[in-house]
Amino acid sequence: MGEWINTILQGLLLGGLYSLFATGLALSFGVMRMINIAHGDFAILAAFAAIAVVEPLGLSPFLVLLVIVPLMGVFGYLLQRLILNRTLGQDILPPLLVTFGFSIVIQNLLLVTFSADTRSLNVGELGTASLALSGEVAVGVLPLIIMAVAVGVLLGLQWLFSATPLGRAFRAASDDREAAQLMGIDNRHIYGLAMALAMSIVAIAGVFLAIRANIAPSEGPARLLYAFEAVIIGGLGSFWGTLVGAIILGVAQTIGGKFDPGWGILAGHLAFLAVLVVRPNGLFARTRDR
Amino acid sequence: MTLLEARGVTAFYGDFQALYGIDLKVEEGETVAVIGSNGAGKSSFLRTLTGLQSSAPESIRFHGEPIGGLPAHRIVALGLAMVPEGRRLFPSLTVEENLLVGAYSKRPGPWNLERLYAMFPILGERRNNPGTALSGGQQQMVAIGRALMSNPRLLLCDEISLGLAPVIIKDIYDALPGIKAEGTSVLVVEQDVGQAMKVADRLYCFQEGRVSLEGRPGELGREQISLAYFGV
Amino acid sequence: MNASHSTPISALVVRRGTRTSRVGVVVGLMLLLAIIGAPWWAERSSQRLLAEFLYVLALAQMWNLLAGYGGLLSVGQQGYIGIGGYCLVVLGLEFGVNPFLIVPLAGVVTALVAIPTAAALFRLRGAYFAVGTWVVAEVFRLLVANTASVGGGSGTSITRTVMGIPAWWRESTTLWIALALGAGTTLAVYLLLRSRHGLALTAVRDSEPAAESLGISVSRVKWFVYIASAAGCGMVGALIFITKLRISPEAAFSMDWSAAMFFAVIIGGIGTIEGPIIGTLVYFLLREFLSDYGSWYLIVLGSIAVAFMLWIPCGMWGLVASRFDLHFFPVQRRVGNLPVEEQTR
Repeated sequence: MGEWINTILQGLLLGGLYSLFATGLALSFGVMRMINIAHGDFAILAAFAAIAVVEPLGLSPFLVLLVIVPLMGVFGYLLQRLILNRTLGQDILPPLLVTFGFSIVIQNLLLVTFSADTRSLNVGELGTASLALSGEVAVGVLPLIIMAVAVGVLLGLQWLFSATPLGRAFRAASDDREAAQLMGIDNRHIYGLAMALAMSIVAIAGVFLAIRANIAPSEGPARLLYAFEAVIIGGLGSFWGTLVGAIILGVAQTIGGKFDPGWGILAGHLAFLAVLVVRPNGLFARTRDR
Repeated sequence: MTLLEARGVTAFYGDFQALYGIDLKVEEGETVAVIGSNGAGKSSFLRTLTGLQSSAPESIRFHGEPIGGLPAHRIVALGLAMVPEGRRLFPSLTVEENLLVGAYSKRPGPWNLERLYAMFPILGERRNNPGTALSGGQQQMVAIGRALMSNPRLLLCDEISLGLAPVIIKDIYDALPGIKAEGTSVLVVEQDVGQAMKVADRLYCFQEGRVSLEGRPGELGREQISLAYFGV
Repeated sequence: MNASHSTPISALVVRRGTRTSRVGVVVGLMLLLAIIGAPWWAERSSQRLLAEFLYVLALAQMWNLLAGYGGLLSVGQQGYIGIGGYCLVVLGLEFGVNPFLIVPLAGVVTALVAIPTAAALFRLRGAYFAVGTWVVAEVFRLLVANTASVGGGSGTSITRTVMGIPAWWRESTTLWIALALGAGTTLAVYLLLRSRHGLALTAVRDSEPAAESLGISVSRVKWFVYIASAAGCGMVGALIFITKLRISPEAAFSMDWSAAMFFAVIIGGIGTIEGPIIGTLVYFLLREFLSDYGSWYLIVLGSIAVAFMLWIPCGMWGLVASRFDLHFFPVQRRVGNLPVEEQTR
């Protein structure tokens, strides 16, 4: 019994990490109506960038976040302004294929630079520390921290979207691009800022992923799929739904993996497909657009 | 002083030419109406003025400055706001949020939430409802208020009476004098000629992308207008 | 004088053939004959390259049909390629069916798999559909990788299926089937587009609501295109692994297949039949020149695709076609005036 509770708790907290991946994706879809196929690859890119800084300088991985996150934000803004804005329009094909191209380029650039070996960020004892809740039940401290950060990010976004002019501009531009322009909103700039935010969050996700596990240059697409599944399970237009979706995915994966290590990821995919068949709009959908 | 001056404005949608050289002026403090049948080019003209549709830089001057080539958000910041056809409220925003988005460009001026709620009390009562949950007339008030929140020098109104009951149209048009009193010029586009004649100081009639008639409502005859409107 | 008075309506004709299309037919037939005869005149290595070119062309045509004409952006066609490949393992290794016979059977199997898959995926639209197809392909891959009887994650050799077939026949039949698939898919897309359904497809692509209001069942047309494309990819998948003789989930369900399709279609010109042919040629040329550079080859390929998407979205053929008004596969109906001598007849 305790073993199962542990498994479910692990899955629950894994949802925190997945939520960080999913939030960025939900943000760029929510505001720009585009899916960034290279989303996961950007996370891995950020993680490798962190490794490249941490290893020679011997910095703490947490400290590195202070550099990597704003850096990825600036990068995201420029990417959106210089390239991705040109692809937006009625047709969804250009943004999808352009970011797919990025995905291939990033993966192979990482491969050339860092080789195919797996790498990780070491946080010392914190990586294995756990908190005993009762006799047999314990949770890892690191997954707890990640979950707290994920919730913190969501709280921040909720405040931004509901209580600031920028958040209102995000929502207005998402509802009706043209009408937003008539309000004096510069969509290109707004989209740049949204991508900057998405990239900053995905940088956090990438660094935490590298702290938790070994990563390889080719891992981006799998991360994109998990993020995507969390968004769809939760339902579009709801940030907290995304967290629930991420948790469902995490629990499905750990339970599946408990039966057989090979079935973990598959169980996650199947949970996603099941939700798709039963509730195609997700569990907490606000918008019906997809 | 001339606030808005359009000279030889043309507009194209692909191969289709919607406007063939429109000349139009709005003086400071004036209310001008543009009438014309469906497809006469009225909406295309407004889209061009607001920068949603591109045009030659010198063809449109606002306070003497050429604005033809500017993007829409820059034009709003200069003091030209539009109430778009069909209202186009943001569905995921509440009434108050819709109004606040209107103030995004932060132009200083007389209009703020309190003033708007005083002018349209119903909006104050329903400030926390989603904009699109309101009745058509109330939505139109939000759309007008949203445009006013940018404190424009010139307010463009595209078919604000379309699809509304006469009693509601009257309510909405009754707000215009209050807007004018703040020194805001108004350009209304209307299919309803009677309504346009009532509010306008001057009137333009469009037909097939050209100005077919121009003058003061009192000086224009019925026959004249009907000929300019229908072309028969 | 009299004639010109009465012409406006009666003299308009709808035509689809062009002079280039007639030249195209002749050139195409000659090419076809040359390739059929390749086992008698070409070296074995060029035969293999030719076969590979033809099956990548078939894949490109299938993706072009989906994305370029059907508006269905799939990122998961590798799922059907993989299933087609694994038909060799199940039907060939387990039941001893002749591998070349498995190729059409693989088409049937993948179509059958695609039917319930479509039911789930068609609940998603646009970009969501795209990522959904990818998830499905991953599900197929993981299911296969977790099934020990077909070799599990490390895969299996399928050499046993082609044993007993003389090498010459094996190589030649592979080429002929590749030709049938490459030319067949091209022709099939062409004929589909010229049919009544083709008009429906174009209407759906241009404006879904408008097509719906004209009484075209959008979902049925899309459904058909999805199943057909799955079957095409399945057949190609089986053929690919006949030539490779070893199959693993990583190779069979690889994203690289999708990448190759995208590249060929985008470089060549999406939404044209000529485009994938040109694009596949360019893809092979680049590969020949750059394959020594490993990862850099893929970086260059990816960058080129992005550049095309941004600056030349109509692709190479789009550029050529718009400049010279060339159409080897005229699918559009052209309205024009009859030449004068025909009018007076």
